This record gives sequence, C-alpha cells and structure tokens, in this order.
Amino acid sequence: MAAERLTGYRRADGRVGIRNHVVVLPVDDLSNAAAEGIARLVPGVLALPHAYGRLQFGADLELTFATLIGTGTNPNVAAVIVVGIEPAWTARIADAIEASGKPVARLSIERHGDFATIAEGARQAARMLQDASAIERVEVRREEVMVSIKCGESDTTSGLGSCPTTSVLVDRHVDGGGTVLFGETSELTGGEHIIAERCVDEHVRKRFTDFYDSYIAMIERTGANLLGSQPTEGNIRGGLSTIEEKAMGNIAKTGTVPVVDALEPAERPTRAGLNFMDTSCAAAEAITLMAAAGAVIHIFPTGQGNVIGNPIEPVIKLTANPVTAATMSEHIDLDVSAILTGEMTLAAAGDLLEELVERTICGRLTAAEVLGHREYVLTKLYQSA
Amino acid sequence: MRAKAEATVSEATEGSGGGLAVLVHNEGDDVGVAITDLMPGEVVAGWLDSGRRQTIVVSEVIPLGHKVSLVDLAEGADVNEYTVRIAVTRAPIARGHHVHTHNVRSARWQQSA
Repeated sequence: MAAERLTGYRRADGRVGIRNHVVVLPVDDLSNAAAEGIARLVPGVLALPHAYGRLQFGADLELTFATLIGTGTNPNVAAVIVVGIEPAWTARIADAIEASGKPVARLSIERHGDFATIAEGARQAARMLQDASAIERVEVRREEVMVSIKCGESDTTSGLGSCPTTSVLVDRHVDGGGTVLFGETSELTGGEHIIAERCVDEHVRKRFTDFYDSYIAMIERTGANLLGSQPTEGNIRGGLSTIEEKAMGNIAKTGTVPVVDALEPAERPTRAGLNFMDTSCAAAEAITLMAAAGAVIHIFPTGQGNVIGNPIEPVIKLTANPVTAATMSEHIDLDVSAILTGEMTLAAAGDLLEELVERTICGRLTAAEVLGHREYVLTKLYQSA
Repeated sequence: MRAKAEATVSEATEGSGGGLAVLVHNEGDDVGVAITDLMPGEVVAGWLDSGRRQTIVVSEVIPLGHKVSLVDLAEGADVNEYTVRIAVTRAPIARGHHVHTHNVRSARWQQSA
C-alpha cells in the first residue's frame, strides 16, 4: 500500500515534518497577549497561548520547559518566536530550540511593554513566514514520520472497530521501521499486565510498571470516585461500564508489536518501534506531550465523537460508531462503521487508514485542521509555588 | 496475530447484512455488544474469535454500543469481556439483560462504586 512518493520537510537536525508552521510560543501565561498580538499582525503565524509558566518549580517546571522546547523543536515547525515576560527563562526555551538548528527569535516584555514587543515580534514573524514559505517539500521515507496514537470519547465501537483499525496501521508502521507513541497511563487499568508482557526486556518493563504504579497511586491518594471522569460520562453513554473495559478497547489500538521503551512525558524516543509514554488520558494533554516528543501525525479513534485537534500535529479521526459518523461528519476523517456490520474487513479499513495517513503526510488537511481545532494544553503535575 | 484478527472479524460478520445484532469479542465472554438498538426478542450474536453465530434472547431494550449478558451472573460475580475481567456485578444479572453501570462496577477502582 506504500505510496510511490511521500513528501515532507527535512529539518536541520535531520528529522522529518509534514507541516511547516511558524510558531509564536509564549513562555508563560502573561505573554499570551503579546504572542496573540503578533499573530494578529501576521496572520500566517501560529500563536500557542497556554495557561502556565509562572512560579512552577521542580519536576512540574521541568515538564513545562520540556513541553515548550519540544513543541518548538517538533519538525512540523519551521521557525519559532519565543515570547516571555523576562529574559532568563525566555532564553532557556529559545536556546534549546535554537540548538535544533531552526530559526528562533526571542522577545521579553519587561522594559519594553506589549506594544514594542508585538511590533518587533511582527517584524521577525513576517520575515520568518516568508523564509518558511520558500522551504520546499522533499521526498521522505514513511518510517521517518513519527506517529502518535490516542483515542477519546471511546465507546464499545472503539474496541470493535476504530481501535483495531488503528492497530493494523501501528503494526505496519513499526514493521516498516517507524516509531509510534502511545500513552494514557491510567487507561491501561485492567490490562496493564498485557502491556507489561509486551515490553522488550525487564528494564523497560520496570520503567513501565513504575510509571503505571505511580500514576495509579496518585489517583488512589485522592480517594475520589472516578466514575464519570474515567470512564467519562461520554464513555458511559456509549456503553462502557468500567475503567477495565475502557482499557481493553484502548489496548486494542496498540498493534501486536513489542513495547520497545517507556518514556517520561514529552521525552523524545530514541528507539524505533512502539514506545509507551506516561501521560494523562485527557486528549489535549496527551497529544500536546506526544507532539512535544516529536510526533508529527496523530491517529485518533473515537466512539462518541471527541473533536480534539492540535496546533502543530495533524490529528486524523476515525470512528466505527455509525451515529457519530452520521451526526458529526465534519469531524470524522474516516468512517469504519461498516466493520461492525461485516461490510468492511479490518484489513480493508487498515488500507483506507494507511492511504489517509499518506495523503495527510503529503499535505492534505485533516478535519481538525480545517475546523481550527488547536487544543494546546500543558500537563501540570502539581500547584505552583 | 494480525492475520488471525482480520480473518476472524470478517468470518464472524460474513454475510451479516441480514441480522447480526450483537458482537462478542471472545468465546467464554459473559457479555456481547449491541451493534444496533435492540428490542426484546431473538437476535443473532457473532463471536469475533471463533466466527461462531448463535441466536440469543434479549429481555429488554439495549441501546447501540451497550452490553447484553450472555449468561446468568450472580451478585458479586466477575464479568469477562476480551477474555479478561472488566467488572464485577452489583446484583444478579439474568441472561439477556442490559449490563452497565447500574448493575456492574469496576473491580479495580473500589471508589468507583
């Protein structure tokens, strides 16, 4: 099924992107207004406002830095304007992105104000956007395109159709030498032993089980009833009754290949193959972390119809729920509901998904991109100081 | 494993345009999933792993995507789907009845009761 020619953007660090964004990246919540001001003056650039970045500390701060730096270095990004309230943390983010070899501008607001910052940022943005527009697509190999997977608003049709379809793609991509990220730590509950068994060695297995145990301990410390949160009310409406049932549908999308590594949130994988990443199961948080780790295309099976997108990583949505496919068609890139009735084989659905992935790599916009879904959400580990 | 999964889905659902109403992931599972809105009465269930088909009796309205019990389950019994325990019952559930949050709960998250 491989296309004759796939094209993408080969960045200075050798990694391959499939989009060519110029990003305005605020270091902190205070800098959102200036970042958005720059994007208003130069509408072709992409501002990524977010809620955090002030008075964070320890592991929580490091994760925010890793996420912002990873976003900037993602190969779907051509150039970055980093805007922060003060110069020191701004430089920390800008320096790390610049080390990847792409153009970076840095602006800090103190002693300048929003007006001067926006004016200077707009000048830089205009130049970067023109330069980025001159970058040509080149031929790339499919295994160079890092894929991430995560499902949302799952229901029982996810486990029967959309997740097994994704599984076909995962196996094919990994068999071809590619890298795939999956996560959703708490959503393995009831099937975590299956993932543990698939880990390539004891070291990876221990890393995985440590991540899992730690996440579950955090949940259990709250003493809360998670029914309605995990599974969500949408999951329950769609027929999922427990976390264990949801987990088995989740695992059904991970293919049959071994788990080659277990990664920290936003950590860049170093091993080709299927990598687990410790993430929340909230779609925007998980995909933001996967994009920060370098994933450039996301496969998102949904049941009841999660409408998620990501600003820099195109999200492809597929569903096997005929009601969702009929009532939310503008959000659905691929309808595989015919699997349920036997009118479509899983192999045929896998072929359709693979073809869609290849067209998306080559530039076709996903439904989420067309609709402007740009959910960018940092994962917060605990309160700020 | 892939080839097997592909073969079994098409096998279980082969020519099912006329009536397959419930899909069961694996032989031995206690529940199947309604792939259309079910009314009380006889419907055909198909097993994805074996390709087997069997007529079952549904006792109440079960919406698309929701589960039907294939066996009689006692209170506190494990409920198996995908060959693994996905819940325990809160009350006895008779064969043919709707299985959901009103009569099962997580076996793992004891707070989610």
